Amino acid sequence: MAGDAPFVDQFSAAAPLPALRAGGLARYRAAGLPGPAIEAWKYTSLDALTKLGLLPAGGAPTTLEALPEAALLAVDGYRAVFVNGRFVPAFSALDGLPKGAVVESLAAHIARDPAAAEAALAGADDGTPLVALNTAFLTDGLVLTVDRGVVLDKPLHLVSIGRPPDGQGVAFHPRHLIRLAPDAVATVVESHAGVGGAGYFANTVADIRVEDGATLRHYVLQNQAAEAFHVAAVRLALAARASYEGFVLHIGARLARHELAATIAGDGVDCRMNGLYLVAGSQHVDNTTFIDHAQPGSRSRQLFKGVLDDSGRGVFQGRVLVRPHAQKTDAHQLSRALLLSRKAEMDGKPELEIYADDVRCSHGATIGSLDQEPMFYLMSRGIDPATAYRMLVEAFAVEALDEISVAAIRDAFATHAQAWLATRRAGGGA
Amino acid sequence: MALLEIKNLHVAVDDREILKGIDLTLDAGEVHAIMGPNGSGKSTLSYVLAGREGYAITAGTIRFQGKDLLAMAPDERARKGVFLAFQYPVEIPGVAGMTFLKTALNALRKERGAGELDAMQFLKFVRAQAKRLEIGDEMLKRALNVGFSGGEKKRNEVLQMAVLEPILAVLDETDSGLDIDALKIVADGVNALRSPERAMLLITHYQRLLDYIVPDRVHVLAHGRIAKSGGKELALELERKGYGEFLGEAA
Repeated sequence: MAGDAPFVDQFSAAAPLPALRAGGLARYRAAGLPGPAIEAWKYTSLDALTKLGLLPAGGAPTTLEALPEAALLAVDGYRAVFVNGRFVPAFSALDGLPKGAVVESLAAHIARDPAAAEAALAGADDGTPLVALNTAFLTDGLVLTVDRGVVLDKPLHLVSIGRPPDGQGVAFHPRHLIRLAPDAVATVVESHAGVGGAGYFANTVADIRVEDGATLRHYVLQNQAAEAFHVAAVRLALAARASYEGFVLHIGARLARHELAATIAGDGVDCRMNGLYLVAGSQHVDNTTFIDHAQPGSRSRQLFKGVLDDSGRGVFQGRVLVRPHAQKTDAHQLSRALLLSRKAEMDGKPELEIYADDVRCSHGATIGSLDQEPMFYLMSRGIDPATAYRMLVEAFAVEALDEISVAAIRDAFATHAQAWLATRRAGGGA
Repeated sequence: MALLEIKNLHVAVDDREILKGIDLTLDAGEVHAIMGPNGSGKSTLSYVLAGREGYAITAGTIRFQGKDLLAMAPDERARKGVFLAFQYPVEIPGVAGMTFLKTALNALRKERGAGELDAMQFLKFVRAQAKRLEIGDEMLKRALNVGFSGGEKKRNEVLQMAVLEPILAVLDETDSGLDIDALKIVADGVNALRSPERAMLLITHYQRLLDYIVPDRVHVLAHGRIAKSGGKELALELERKGYGEFLGEAA
């Protein structure tokens, strides 16, 4: 190796949990930044990231004048705000949480009980390079614990703001822990945005466990600043009869990747992971999922839709594994991309790996441009081409948002999506 | 001045000539039927009037209210009052039928110098028209044509026509795929729209529709030309004798 992997020289043994983090560093160092040599990163290159000269977030300011509009959601809920990966109590609103639902910052959790924190943190790191990198530099994040049978009455809004210091890039590695005890119910909605013109790297890991019969709805708005690199890895464990409804809406970032790895470890599980990505300019958006049906009798559903304009590039890699004894698995996956420009590009790689014989599994992938027939139909009724075009693009996108079961969040996401759609015009990038 | 004047219209698709010199004149208030065997160019004529891409006009002119229709984009034609009821209306998932219709109506009203209707005025107006076509609220709420049966799609086309109040309505095989009850509903809807200011062109394979919508003139289209024209009795003659005498003619 010509030089050491980026970030390695920034490691600080003086920060809390040095042994845990040194383990992460060693795994990251052995692998280096992931690139096309690894199958899971075949279509997404982080080369541009290494040229940013990113500083560790430790010394960066954690103050804000106001939350940027890109992160706002018109949803009544609890709020936990992070700036450069550090919890900011002043912008947060966590009063009135129901008994049995606890929100704490990871930094506070580590300070309070380092041994328990270390044990809780160990599980998610599967050795993939960026999760290992996250372990090496973890300092803060959100810890949500919901006790048995407790219903979190309002959504918890996790706001993550990247705020690079003047003219300099910053890297931060938040680690969130979400634990739902049996029969607990919670809705967590994340929004990611940035302020200031410089680049930053948000390398987030969400470690989620949903125990027997519990329900988690987990929605993510990725609306990062134009120069941001956003990589979010969700490591999800689902016990029997657990339900997970995930959704990611990508609008911002120079490069974004949402990566879900779900282990279905019981029967009767309902695992849904849906998404919409709106890509323009020279943006690159990657959605990578891995659903591991390790137990029989569970269901997984995935719908990812993308609208790609200009030289935008989209990636969907969806792997579904049905293990030999996971009989009666019902897994469905659909990827649909709409290309609005000749220069836009989409790479799709669905993979079904099925080792059980009594299963219902299917996948589909389409990549296409806007059909002329609906355009003509709308125009034949007097609707001008620009309006007809917007109506059809919006129609394509809205179908994905319909998968969000919480109406207020669906509407809030639609507002952000529509703002993007309003900037599109017929023939814009063709 | 005629409302619609088609002169020596030649149209080719992929270098194959489909229409080979059509002459046709419609005055305001008139209903003309165009009949003919399959492949005679009936649908081509309707698409050319609406401005669909893929049809090369190799000769001839179409004037609508004295203006060059062929120089107008499809949406402009619609705003000037040309309406095509499609033979196969396209399903558009994600576009609510009512949103679509309101957008279209307000585009037309703007062109005509009328103010936009607000949501309540629009709903009231559409419901009244829909009732006549036995279209319920449930059907109005759906995405455009999505999940509609063939008959529902045709009724929805006539609803759009009723709401948009065109000056020239072209109905392309609006009777096809309808059972007799649905045909009556659609015909009643069309008849209600007959007016001294409006002209209609009914394109049909069968005489059956003309029992319910009685035309002023009937034209037989065969091999890309109007082979015969006459009064409403021509349709009955065709019903009796079939298209046999027009089929043998060399192209």
